[in-house]
Amino acid sequence: MQYQSQSVAKLYFVAAIALFVAQILFGLIMGLQYVMGDFLFPEIPFNVARMVHTNALIVWLLMGFMGAAYYMIPEEAETELHSPGLAVALFWIFLAAAGATVLAYLTINYADLAKLTGNDMLPTMGREFLEQPTITKIGIVVVALGFLFNIGMTVLKGRKTTINLVMLIGLVGLAVFFLFSFYNPSNLVLDKYFWWWTVHLWVEGVWELILGSILAYVLIKTTGVDREVIEKWLYIIIAMTLITGILGTGHHYYWIGAPEYWQVLGSVFSAMEPIPFFMMTLFAFNMVNQRRREHPNKAAVLWALGTGVMAFLGAGVWGFLHTLAPVNYYTHGSQITAAHGHMAFYGAYVMVVLTIISYAMPLMRGRAGANSNKAQVVEMWSFWLMTVSIVFITLFLTGAGILQVWLQRYSESPLPFMVVQEKIALFYWLREITGLVFLAGLVLYIMSFFIKGDEKAA
Amino acid sequence: MSGAFTKSTARNIFYGGSVFFFLLFVVLTFDTMKTLPERDHRENINEQVILGKKVWEDHNCIGCHTLMGEGAYFAPELANVYDRFGQSKEAIVAFIKSRPAEGVPGRRSMPQFNMSDEELEAVAEFLKWTSEINDANWPPNIQG
Repeated sequence: MQYQSQSVAKLYFVAAIALFVAQILFGLIMGLQYVMGDFLFPEIPFNVARMVHTNALIVWLLMGFMGAAYYMIPEEAETELHSPGLAVALFWIFLAAAGATVLAYLTINYADLAKLTGNDMLPTMGREFLEQPTITKIGIVVVALGFLFNIGMTVLKGRKTTINLVMLIGLVGLAVFFLFSFYNPSNLVLDKYFWWWTVHLWVEGVWELILGSILAYVLIKTTGVDREVIEKWLYIIIAMTLITGILGTGHHYYWIGAPEYWQVLGSVFSAMEPIPFFMMTLFAFNMVNQRRREHPNKAAVLWALGTGVMAFLGAGVWGFLHTLAPVNYYTHGSQITAAHGHMAFYGAYVMVVLTIISYAMPLMRGRAGANSNKAQVVEMWSFWLMTVSIVFITLFLTGAGILQVWLQRYSESPLPFMVVQEKIALFYWLREITGLVFLAGLVLYIMSFFIKGDEKAA
Repeated sequence: MSGAFTKSTARNIFYGGSVFFFLLFVVLTFDTMKTLPERDHRENINEQVILGKKVWEDHNCIGCHTLMGEGAYFAPELANVYDRFGQSKEAIVAFIKSRPAEGVPGRRSMPQFNMSDEELEAVAEFLKWTSEINDANWPPNIQG
């Protein structure tokens, strides 16, 4: 760590990991509710557990991205952060808002929360992933603006690298497309159409720029490969991301009332969305193969390689599986969608945040080059436990999804939803058990931080 | 990735490609907006449908159900529930009203939301309107 102010990232990373734990615990609650329908009912109904599960994920990934930016940008710009104080203040505001929101989900009836927070004045609640009260959303915008100002000023006064530029474009895009969450027309079709401008243009658009720049940064640091080479890869990857991903939004417009030409456009462009993810895999492996140094942080390199592979499998392959309109006609909104969602979010975004945490945390904690070998071994065990678990969770949900599609939508005598749910319960049990293995991996991951000692810098 | 293909070529493809496809997306969005009125039957969005959507949102229905395939996968699809319940708003109202507050032992159950009669009527009207959107014949059958 070359600049003192980079260390503000530590706060963000610690909070991210804490929210990660909350996300997984509520995931396990939901998984159990799938097979024991009355579990925690009516205290924590499924929809509440799901809000906590998905919103905690979104917030901790945002915390991870912000931490990554606070760590990377000063070093890339070769200057101290514009205002470390602002970064710390915004952290506490963000954490307090997120904590209060989750607490409110769990303790206040959602309809009462809507009333209490004045949802009637500017109704934005009650839409998937955007369930937060309007005041929380405004808080997110304020935090995002302060954050962009802080890192923007840092980039302006310092060296302008491709990594900083791409990161900044990604983060500005993140803030801009979030503004669509405030548009909630009473016409459901319009609501859905522009809801995707936040959700799709985030995860299959600007977030991939952030992902790419974090990956490129860690690869420069750990492999010592020439910056020119890495930055060229980065540009071509994110070019393919936006060239395929923007019109790829069309794969969400097949069945929500939009005109039929979206079935063609969405199929063609989203079928190409795996390309940038495949390039990410090639990129990570090529750079590690061409490495000019042996970085002592083996765990960080493992996470970086894992991101490439799992993002391609989860977002690329599992996305392609059901993206073509004739296939999607049968799979839309089934457990196949859930399977894809789990591996894509883990493979792309969870893993890239864990990559930068793995690289940066030891340095911020004053360890010479990396954690001790013992700590890294534990961390690598957690990598394999969590990654293999998510692969099996995805496979079990895919199995459930294929059966669901067959029984409920494809066979000659389609069965009602709940009848089908009972027939495929075995897969939900297997998913839940695998979820417990994932939790064990997460516990091990956290334990790895408490193993002392360090490895010398290479 | 060598030779004539330089970093600035890659950068130009990124900027040029992104701007071009985003503008194309905006143009297609304008075209979609022009065609939507015939597909979403917005002339039928009355006060009740508007209130119904708000009731739908205020109770976070999307946290368990899908609506036109989007949402959670824990409970049945509702964009065609009006048709599945024999085109009866009364059946929808009766179902929501009759949910036991303490749930059903061992099974998934919808919470008892204690909605007013006005809210119940509105949410049923909203689901009726939703069922009439031209959504390219999705879902494949009445089971959703």
